[in-house]
Amino acid sequence: MSRFSPLEWPVFRQFRTADSTGRSSAAVSQHTRDITSRTETADRVVQSVCPYCAVGCGQKVYVKDEKVIQIEGDPDSPISRGRLCPKGSASEQLVNSPGRQTRVLYRAPRATEWQQLDLNTAVDMVVDRFLESRRRTWQDTDEQGRLLRRTMGIAALGGATLDNEENYLIKKLFTAAGAVQIENQARI
Amino acid sequence: MGTSFGRGGATQSLQDMANADCIVIQGSNMAECHPVGFQWVTEAKARGAKIIHVDPRFTRTTAVSDKHLPIRVGSDIALLGGLINYVLTHDLWFHEYVLAYTNAATIINDDYRDPEDLEGLFSGYDPDSGTYEHTSWSYRTAPGYEDEGAQDSGEDEHGDQKSGRAGGDEHGSGGPPLNTNHPDRDESLQDPNTVLQILKRHYARYTPEMVRDTCGISLEDFDYLARAVTENSGRERTTCFAYAVGWTHHTLGAQFIRTAAVLQLLLGNVGRPGGGIMALRGHASIQGSTDIPTLFNLLPGYLPMPSVDKESFDEYVDAIAVKKQKGFWAEAEAYTVSLLKAWWGDAAQEDNGWAYDYMPRLNGPHGTYQTVMAMLKDEVEGYFVLGQNPAIGSANGRLQRLGMSHLKWLVVRDFNLIESATWWKDGPEIATGELRTEDIDTEVFFFPAANHVEKAGTFTQTQRLLQWRHQAVNPPGDCQSELQFFFELGKRLRAKLADSRDERDRPLQELTWDYPLLPEGEPDPRAVLAEINGRHLTGPDKGKPLSSYTQMKADGSTDGGCWIYTGVYADGQNHAADRKPGREQDEIASEWGWAWPANRRILYNRASADPEGKPWSERKKLIWWDAQHKRWTGPDVPDFPVDKDPAARPDPDLGGAAALSGDDPFIMQADGKGWLFAPRGMVDGPLPTHYEPQESPVVNPLYAQQQNPARELFPHPGNLSAPEPGTPQAEVYPYMFTTYRLTEQHTAGGMSRWLPYLSELQPEMFCEVSPELAAECGLEPYGWATIVSPRSAIEAKVLVTDRMTPLDIGGRTVHQIGLPYHWGQGGDAVVTGDAANDLLGITLDPNVHIQESKVGTCDIRPGRRPRGPEVLELVSEYQERAGLTPSTSNTKVTDPQRELTAEQTEDGSQ
Repeated sequence: MSRFSPLEWPVFRQFRTADSTGRSSAAVSQHTRDITSRTETADRVVQSVCPYCAVGCGQKVYVKDEKVIQIEGDPDSPISRGRLCPKGSASEQLVNSPGRQTRVLYRAPRATEWQQLDLNTAVDMVVDRFLESRRRTWQDTDEQGRLLRRTMGIAALGGATLDNEENYLIKKLFTAAGAVQIENQARI
Repeated sequence: MGTSFGRGGATQSLQDMANADCIVIQGSNMAECHPVGFQWVTEAKARGAKIIHVDPRFTRTTAVSDKHLPIRVGSDIALLGGLINYVLTHDLWFHEYVLAYTNAATIINDDYRDPEDLEGLFSGYDPDSGTYEHTSWSYRTAPGYEDEGAQDSGEDEHGDQKSGRAGGDEHGSGGPPLNTNHPDRDESLQDPNTVLQILKRHYARYTPEMVRDTCGISLEDFDYLARAVTENSGRERTTCFAYAVGWTHHTLGAQFIRTAAVLQLLLGNVGRPGGGIMALRGHASIQGSTDIPTLFNLLPGYLPMPSVDKESFDEYVDAIAVKKQKGFWAEAEAYTVSLLKAWWGDAAQEDNGWAYDYMPRLNGPHGTYQTVMAMLKDEVEGYFVLGQNPAIGSANGRLQRLGMSHLKWLVVRDFNLIESATWWKDGPEIATGELRTEDIDTEVFFFPAANHVEKAGTFTQTQRLLQWRHQAVNPPGDCQSELQFFFELGKRLRAKLADSRDERDRPLQELTWDYPLLPEGEPDPRAVLAEINGRHLTGPDKGKPLSSYTQMKADGSTDGGCWIYTGVYADGQNHAADRKPGREQDEIASEWGWAWPANRRILYNRASADPEGKPWSERKKLIWWDAQHKRWTGPDVPDFPVDKDPAARPDPDLGGAAALSGDDPFIMQADGKGWLFAPRGMVDGPLPTHYEPQESPVVNPLYAQQQNPARELFPHPGNLSAPEPGTPQAEVYPYMFTTYRLTEQHTAGGMSRWLPYLSELQPEMFCEVSPELAAECGLEPYGWATIVSPRSAIEAKVLVTDRMTPLDIGGRTVHQIGLPYHWGQGGDAVVTGDAANDLLGITLDPNVHIQESKVGTCDIRPGRRPRGPEVLELVSEYQERAGLTPSTSNTKVTDPQRELTAEQTEDGSQ
């Protein structure tokens, strides 16, 4: 069909088709008809849950070429029925925002800038500091000789946007290591 | 709620709000903070329900409500207490429900004295420690059982011990134990010491006039609310309350919620469709992070962390619950043994107390604010900050940042370089000169985190529902999940200590830490969830998942990391991943996700039927007794022993579930009843009582006691409080402020201020002020204002709006300022601005150690704040004018002359 066919004028389309009020298919241009949404061409769709507030809206995550290309509300969810708020709708940018950090950074004592560090090295450095602080601040018993078996030198804060499985490992590991000042947003 | 009902979670699903005939939203801006959940309120409205919004601000929630009641921040107990008084004086309480299902008829100890008698204190107050001793709040033992003896082991402790453990949190899934299995009752309710009579006296002065003079709510508006709530309660109708951090962020936060619980019990609105109390949580898994807690005072499933005085496993277990007590909390030993077996496997045996001594001990509160104070004293060396931004999101941001500058090392795991990772180079204290980058010794590690689509796992959302997220893609670069990071950290710690002979390292050496790996090298989160669920360790089912916590044993034959989650992996199926579409199910939707406990969607639903087991009405039917099949049945999973006859009246001394009567719907409570009066469990009083916030321009209209006498104080030069009201110095900070969230931003901004879309939608910090306040202070619309509190000064754009209402409080006009708290000063975010939380002080609720961040006092003046060190000069000029010292407003008893003398007089008169 010619791009400039008079039959394609919206007013003609309006009479030519069943859409006599011109508020439906007659108003759709060729350009619009030619494009498809990126959700149509995704390689796969994965069911997820919005990470912001605790309503727990269902999300559908669209993946193409191993990249997240779109996140939409999941109509299957009996809680959210397909809806997302502005934050949930923007969550694709949590994955792809240009400001996102993907490398380990390290700031040495008294340094004025970050430096990059190898992930493996950084984890080893944290392990060393953990053990050193634990050793230095260890308390076996209180002044009455009662068992304390702990360190008050290592603390943590976080967890309300983490998974249950993650919090479980954090609590388990820190408790076994004797660290008790483990807290999260629920206290705040 | 834990103390009132036996569990701390929201009582029902969001969808169930659509069944309400009236919804009172108070302490929440649900339409803006939980917009998608709010569709169920809209649904209720479409079905004819009345929606009432009680809030200092007119918000988008208000815009679609039938009625707005502007309230003075922090005065909610006065309003809800007014409603309780209205219900009692007009005899509008649900008699059959209240008599059968609550402790209204239970008789309290003769020693009990009410704040009415003691100018605002309850009996048992110890002025030296500033805490309560609870014995006088106990149930009276029924005649003939006085000798039943010392079953009261654990909870008979001093308030300072319980508060030290944030004991209020421990009732997340099990009420406190009682002093007696045979409480005395007077079914005629005539005994003056029955709970109902005490309640009447306690709230007698909470009249509509008192509500007007305390909350700023007119007599007409109060009448509207009282009528709406009572006319929409009873056999045929139900009213629902919804709250968020507008209730919890107070020095009386837990008591705010208790007041609503008392009211809902009196109206018979608990355990029934369209009723209950909806706790609206603000983070994807904040319910989960208390169920499986990263909290100092809890172990998974609301088991307490061991404290130093519980020296053996038996002492520990006996203190949680009395084995002879009613209900499922009596089995706490089985839950504890299963947890210890999950953590230490074969190293946990009966003869070593199931490795009880492998756990560290508490000897005081070790919460996040105590930890910050310890940082300032150089007692903390290392700090992990995990998806959290305390430099902006916690109260008193300046102390948070200064605290971090005392650390030896700091680990921040996040998506972006949040302010908690960069305070050492671009924080406000660098600008004021208080800190100099070159002088800060703290090492900072930033690890990039995987986000919610780059890992699989469960969130537990606001209605206790676990929902599994499938992984969509692998994380980029160095990004890792917490699961992988901590698994790896644990592996390396264990490897380094493998040869250690030091006794302190045994818990790490013998820890079960061998999770199967996915192809990418991450531990399999399904295996972790299966461990949380628990397994049979012996017998024919060895290795198979447990299907219910009732299968847990105290003999070491089962394990399970969090008993309330048992069942999520029943039959080896991950039920958190159940995804039958909602449209193919009834409205309970029990095949979407999995709710604790036991996939029950409406808690205490035994109470949806009358004592005989028949629905109160056809309209509000949910669970009922099927006499033919001898079973409880209905669309939801019964929150009750499924075959227990409503007429059953077993011997209470049987203990556990067997001891529950057929009319005990609150199966986690030691007496099976909903608690109007809390004889145990609350450290600051058995009945909610109105006290003013830590900072208020108003003198408490009800009692000589100004603030909560058991609140937790942090006197510190960096944490000053405004002077007591009624003094000329108090007028230095004449206005009240409250903080809140916007739809387009998220808490401290870590997940929103780095996103271009959201930053564009809400780009900058502002304050909401009424036209009257703007005129009084010379504030120009869209100009700048500087807000000065006793801690800090910040600047904000001015939004002059009649959404803010000046209130008449006993003849004084009280102005309130609204402050969103999402912004912070730093160099990396798309949008930055001053942080409202810098204005806040640290004063805590004694039950749960949550800070009072919803209210403070301040001054407001036109123009931007000074730059550099001059901002400190501005703050101290105000402090000097107000004569502030660390002890200002930090005495617990306001007027010892009146209050403590009153107790002595009372004692003397006996």
